[in-house]
Amino acid sequence: MIPAKFSYVRPESLDEAVQALDGAGEDTKVLAGGQSLLPLLRLRLAYPEAIVDLTRLGELRGVRDEGGHLWIGSGTTHHELIRDPLVRQHAGLLAQTAATVADPAVRHRGTLGGSLAHADPAADLPATVLTLDGELVVRGPGGERTIPASSFFVDYLTSVLRPAEILTGIRIPKTWGGWNFHYEKFCRTAQSWAIVGVAAAVRRSDGAVAEARLGLTNMGSTPLRAQAVEAAVQSSAPGSHDALRAAAASADDGTSPPSDLHGQADYRRHLVRVLTARALITASRL
Amino acid sequence: MPRVRTTVDGVTYEGEVEARLLLTHYLRDRLGKVGTPIGCDTSNCGACTVLLDGMSVKSCTMLAVQADGSEITTIEGLDGQAAASANGEAAGHPVQKAFREFHALQCGYCTPGMIMAAVDLLRDNPDPSDTEIREGLEGNLCRCTGYVNIVRAVQSAAAELRGTPS
Ligand SMILES: Cc1cc2nc3c(=O)[nH]c(=O)nc-3n(C[C@H](O)[C@H](O)[C@H](O)COP(=O)(O)OP(=O)(O)OC[C@H]3O[C@@H](n4cnc5c(N)ncnc54)[C@H](O)[C@@H]3O)c2cc1C
Ligand code: FES
Ligand code: FES
Repeated sequence: MIPAKFSYVRPESLDEAVQALDGAGEDTKVLAGGQSLLPLLRLRLAYPEAIVDLTRLGELRGVRDEGGHLWIGSGTTHHELIRDPLVRQHAGLLAQTAATVADPAVRHRGTLGGSLAHADPAADLPATVLTLDGELVVRGPGGERTIPASSFFVDYLTSVLRPAEILTGIRIPKTWGGWNFHYEKFCRTAQSWAIVGVAAAVRRSDGAVAEARLGLTNMGSTPLRAQAVEAAVQSSAPGSHDALRAAAASADDGTSPPSDLHGQADYRRHLVRVLTARALITASRL
Repeated sequence: MPRVRTTVDGVTYEGEVEARLLLTHYLRDRLGKVGTPIGCDTSNCGACTVLLDGMSVKSCTMLAVQADGSEITTIEGLDGQAAASANGEAAGHPVQKAFREFHALQCGYCTPGMIMAAVDLLRDNPDPSDTEIREGLEGNLCRCTGYVNIVRAVQSAAAELRGTPS
């Protein structure tokens, strides 16, 4: 279908973009890669009055080493995340996860910032940013604020972003040096969304897994951490595949997975235990 | 209305467009580039794939205004000299020729997008495995062929482009 009419602005700087948003009505949408927004416009599930196009903002692009953390511009595309040398070195899980998103053409345009701001619990990158203890840097009319990923997502398609705020960058702490990663995504056909996904970061010590961080995709209305499994790993230091499987048995604790066309909630609970075990085993290299 | 200036298949166009005009409608309805079909309303099928500054994009999932300042290649401009060559041999980009030779299409609806995605894939990875071809084309759906001959065609085109005919 043809999208409903809207007015369009394409600011050349971040200040200009914030101003444009501040002056506009509540019914204004920011446009990044458009790979979530354009399908919604075409199905007329969204019909904003105005669109502020961020694609010309150089300030939202690039990846920088800022000492204690990596700064990743919100406009970094999935395609760029997969290839960026700094991302691969300090946040390999992000590159790995981005490679599972959609297909090459979508990855050429879709952005990390768009994926987080959209806050779809079925999206892959939010769980990974949550796993890596990422922080989201946001600019609005009142200035800048930094929000930990753990308090950014509120509900299905809802984050703490205010209407006139723009997500400018994502900070990933550079503390992942000795860790190994794996993103385990379960879907039935190519190019589809995760029925369930598990992001795993694992640190080994003395031939066993000393610590693990786990993020879950599509196990509730927001991305979640599998805290019970993280605690089980911490206390039992699993050194075998069986021990990792035992730790993964509590992966569905505290989750509230949806029932939909792709699977019932109890099926997702089963899946998340199996996939968490697989993710831990692969990441542990045991 | 916003203005858009693009170079499409080597020709520069400039003019006003409605902000809501999709790139795919701009190409088809304004420029007459009907070689790029529309196959779905959900950004899944890839039939509308074109190259934007050399990279594959789904032209149904972009506004025409977002292509301002860009160079676009559609299936119609893939082979610079589209006319048949002097010796009567059919012309075409190596990927187009391979699709014909390996019978990589039946109804042909997915073919323009499939070929554009394959060209992009081979630019990135000149010597792909069969699995890499299947993954590289995962955004393009074909309801007819079962993909087997498409993979064969892309392998053959890859070899030709590398200068090592299979
Ligand atoms: C066929 C297809 C398959 C897909 N499969 C997957 C998949 O398997 N896994 C997955 O995770 N995703 C998938 N996606 C979604 C894709 O990853 C999108 O790129 C992503 O969700 C949104 O990023 P975007 O840059 O395109 O955002 P846009 O579509 O431009 O924007 C999305 C939303 O975020 C807001 N927004 C964007 N940027 C900002 C910003 N900087 N500040 C504030 N608000 C902002 C917009 O206003 C809009 O509401 C798929 C998409 C398609 C079309
Ligand atoms: S028409 Fe563009 S993806 Fe189907
Ligand atoms: S040849 Fe018919 S859809 Fe591919």
